[in-house]
Amino acid sequence: MSPVRSNPERLSVLDRPNSYIGKTVPRPNLDRLLQGRGSYVSDMELPRMAHVVFLRSPYAHAEIVSIDAAAARRMPGVVAVVTGKELADVITPWIGVLSHLKGLKSAPQSAIAVDRVCWQGEAVAAIVATSRVAAEDAAEHVAVEYRELEAVTDMRTALDPATPVIHASLGDNLAFERVLDAGAVDQAFAGSDVVVEAEFIFGRHTGVTLEPRSVVADWDAAEARLTIYQGTQAPHMVQNIAALHLGLRESQVRVVCKDVGGSFGIKVHIYADEMATYALAKLLRRPIKFVADRVESFNTDIHARDHRCRGKIGVRRDGAITAFEIDDLTGIGPYSMYPRTSAIEANQVVNLVGGAYTTENYRARARVVFQNKNVMCQYRAVGHPIACSVTEGLVDLAAMKIGMDPVEIRRRNLIADDAYPCASPSGLRFEQLSHHASLAKIVEMMNYEALRAEQVALRKQGIHRGIGIASFIEVTNPSAAFYGVGGAKISSQDGVAVRLDAQGSVICQTSITEQGQGSQSLTAQIVGSVLGVSMDRVRVILGDTDMTPYGGGTWASRGAGIGGEAALQATKILRKNILDVAAVILQSTPAELDIIDNAVVNIGDGAPRIELDELARIVYFRPDTLPPGIQPELMATRHYVPREYPFAFTNGVQAAWVEVDTDTGFVKLLKHWVVEDCGTIINPQLVDEQIRGGVVQGLGAALFEKCAYDDRGQLTNANMADYLVPMSGEMPDIDVGHVVSPTRESELGAKGAGEAGTAGAAAAVANAVNDALQPFGTTITEIPLTPQVILTALGRI
Amino acid sequence: MKAAAFAYARATSVANALELLAVHGEKARVLSGGQSLIPAMNLRLVAPDVIVDIGELAELRGIAVKGETLVIGALTRHADLLKSSDIVKCAPLLGAAAAHVAHPAIRNRGTIGGSLAQADPASELPACMLALGASIVVHGPGGERRIAAEDFFTGIYETQLAPQDLLVAIELPVARTGSAHFFQEFARRHGDYAIVGLAAQAVLQGDRFADLRLGYFAVGDKPVLAKAAGKLAGVAITPALLAEASDALSHELDPHEDQQATPAMRRHLARVLLARCVASLLNRPDLNIGGRA
Ligand SMILES: Cc1cc2nc3c(=O)[nH]c(=O)nc-3n(C[C@H](O)[C@H](O)[C@H](O)COP(=O)(O)OP(=O)(O)OC[C@H]3O[C@@H](n4cnc5c(N)ncnc54)[C@H](O)[C@@H]3O)c2cc1C
Repeated sequence: MSPVRSNPERLSVLDRPNSYIGKTVPRPNLDRLLQGRGSYVSDMELPRMAHVVFLRSPYAHAEIVSIDAAAARRMPGVVAVVTGKELADVITPWIGVLSHLKGLKSAPQSAIAVDRVCWQGEAVAAIVATSRVAAEDAAEHVAVEYRELEAVTDMRTALDPATPVIHASLGDNLAFERVLDAGAVDQAFAGSDVVVEAEFIFGRHTGVTLEPRSVVADWDAAEARLTIYQGTQAPHMVQNIAALHLGLRESQVRVVCKDVGGSFGIKVHIYADEMATYALAKLLRRPIKFVADRVESFNTDIHARDHRCRGKIGVRRDGAITAFEIDDLTGIGPYSMYPRTSAIEANQVVNLVGGAYTTENYRARARVVFQNKNVMCQYRAVGHPIACSVTEGLVDLAAMKIGMDPVEIRRRNLIADDAYPCASPSGLRFEQLSHHASLAKIVEMMNYEALRAEQVALRKQGIHRGIGIASFIEVTNPSAAFYGVGGAKISSQDGVAVRLDAQGSVICQTSITEQGQGSQSLTAQIVGSVLGVSMDRVRVILGDTDMTPYGGGTWASRGAGIGGEAALQATKILRKNILDVAAVILQSTPAELDIIDNAVVNIGDGAPRIELDELARIVYFRPDTLPPGIQPELMATRHYVPREYPFAFTNGVQAAWVEVDTDTGFVKLLKHWVVEDCGTIINPQLVDEQIRGGVVQGLGAALFEKCAYDDRGQLTNANMADYLVPMSGEMPDIDVGHVVSPTRESELGAKGAGEAGTAGAAAAVANAVNDALQPFGTTITEIPLTPQVILTALGRI
Repeated sequence: MKAAAFAYARATSVANALELLAVHGEKARVLSGGQSLIPAMNLRLVAPDVIVDIGELAELRGIAVKGETLVIGALTRHADLLKSSDIVKCAPLLGAAAAHVAHPAIRNRGTIGGSLAQADPASELPACMLALGASIVVHGPGGERRIAAEDFFTGIYETQLAPQDLLVAIELPVARTGSAHFFQEFARRHGDYAIVGLAAQAVLQGDRFADLRLGYFAVGDKPVLAKAAGKLAGVAITPALLAEASDALSHELDPHEDQQATPAMRRHLARVLLARCVASLLNRPDLNIGGRA
């Protein structure tokens, strides 16, 4: 690690003897998960629990003429068949808009479609039975008569007057539009030596979590309380929204989130079928379980990235980038998703394009249109892969045109490491980034010059390899600026409570959640380090709105930076409180004492004074031995939210080394490098694996993954055989390096690391493929880069 | 994704299996490795009333050399093809192909009989049967019969098997001296069904092919034994001749369109495979001229 700057004064609470910060320590939940003792909602059974299966529309757009469920209701095991109209008495519809996204509009969406279906896969009836099989059997006997309507599928024609308007009440199919004009773009283009334009096309992508979306909703009529067991990233958000639409108070809803089999942003939204499950539990007064099967996951888990973005860059012969301009178009399905909305991705594209570079001239337009396809919303690295692919694709095209090396053009244009704080043309504020240190580091890691030499040598043998570089910035640690200001009740702050138990162990309740990324581990590492206890003494409790402080959860690369800081601050208080009591017991002063290795010691010579279990014994069982007036508080709670900066931006650079078989159009990923700067690294292994996992999802977008719709709005590859999730066999080795610029906003200094890998991977691969294809005079600006796309570009077919 | 209810019978002998099939006819399905049947049932693409599980019939398992014939029992698993020394000696093409069938977990269960009965046009093993000149041994109500591989496959998931038939074995001629094979397929990920693939079996004589059989798969509704191979047997091969054979191949194939490839792309890749195959078998890098062949 090469620190960009050091903050010795800041490291005081972290850089203690036996600190776990910056160390790869095994995750506390590892044994439990490896021994098969994880508890996932999909495996949950409750007494009297029934299973719901949703009958889903086979049409992308149709009127529901009639639903005849009489035969299904008579099938064995069937508890109820419920239509959208019937469920509307229990749960109200919603509209996915936020006030800070000016002009964003959407139509009311119901838990189950009423009168009309707007995408293939939208639920039209719920079949509840004593088992999933019985419900599936009965679903085959629900007769629905549809009148098919014309489907709006092509985003490019969605706004044409001839195209039907999906929601008449909205007037047109435009959900959102944003324009931005900064600097003097026309002048800048006019003053450029070269102006390059291209249209970038991105495939619809989805998250494919190992465990599908799962809910068990349990209505306790006696207590008038709903308990929702759900694999979610944001329990308090689910609590708020379930209560709102079921006409309950939040105190009547408890959300419990135990182990989650992957999320990637898929599980941070409110889905209609999940809302229907809560409502069914209330209606039928028994626990109801919904687990999406793989086909319905493809049809209803949010999709993302379906963008077509025209981009333009101006550059001078000396390599100076003069301006960027983009015109982005995206189709989001028939509704803006609730409650985070489906305009965020396009909004991010506008925010982020060109963000790593010094040019102040930037013009952008983004339009978000409705279509009759599955909904799109935020998925890992929201908008970043698009912004990064467009920006970095344009930078490479410009470099190619002026005959400059891709590394060199970046050196000449990336914001200098000593230019901070500063802001981007779109108004993003950067506290401290390290583009140049990162670029220098990756060039060294990949041995850039040697690779270039190898490339030249191999070309002579007809082997076409390419190098792709992509610098990126990444939004992490969002403040209330993300959702709160727009009126969404999604907390941007997190809370942590820590307490010493009667044997000197620590119980820590945090409002961030765990979906496999290591929230539990990083929390225990921070608590253990700050307090001076060993990690095995720290028990972390998360994912329960009855039990944890109020907070946002784990998404938008915020868990470590926000939840981690709350843990640090809470633990500092607990530590102080413990030392205060210890000083009384030991007739010393807190300043003379420290806690190391589960014991209070002399700060001077480290001599042990009293074990924490002994201290706890006195406090809890023999408080009579303490002097009068002393009331120890061995529990402390702190909350944290960033206030100075709306987002803690991180940065990094990725590089890909690929080989293109120009006879077959197949791309082989030979090696991938990432250098990123997420500030303080709490657990290097967890960070590296987050980066790698993120890269793999970006590589999936680059070469494999695409939700393929036909022109009638039918998803034609809704299965694991046809939707190509990247698999280990195709993945290259991914080397990860770090530059460390801690944020000064928090004492911890951590920014997020969960999405950086996804942000730049596809851009690096696309640039590498185009680099490999340079001798053929063709460039491709479409992903996934399938053999069909490459052979077509090469004119081979 | 739960299969509709079905009755289950475990066959105790081939005769018993045939009895069960005779009674239930079209309503029954044979279960071998279940790697194609069970997913289809879970997706409710098929909903047989009765499953006849032949998995316990040891008599259908195993690989044996009988004189000049290699006999492979229908229940022989893909993984067994990879391990068998008889396969290495007598039909190495099968081992090369089996390595491309799915993933280890599926190869541990999936069977050759199931694969041939399934007759997926993108499957590796059916094309190998064409290249190797196999006979498919079938037991049915009328007794035993042998069907030449070239006649066995009739369309997408369609074969000469009637609902009452049981595929019991495959018979292959043992590879002659001078035999050589080539196997390659193009798939986006390891273990996926191919976009286009070629299983080729040749007999070499000096610098020529005495015999060349090209079994293409994923190029249409069933595996294709390419007639274009005829142009390349018994003659000295020049790039021009190869190009001619390649054109004939393009002409002969009638590939389908799907999400992975257009017909034009499939034809192109088939030509690339032809060039790679000929160049590799004859050890003539000069003939590896890609899709331009
Ligand atoms: C993820 C995945 C990937 C795969 N990839 C590939 C691949 O790349 N290439 C490939 O070739 N295959 C692939 N397969 C399919 C696999 O090879 C199967 O093993 C094979 O297709 C069927 O063999 P089985 O023994 O499992 O047959 P089963 O699934 O048991 O049966 C398949 C069909 O054949 C019938 N049948 C089975 N045995 C007999 C018999 N003896 N007589 C008459 N009828 C019979 C059944 O009734 C059924 O209709 C894949 C499967 C999966 C799940």
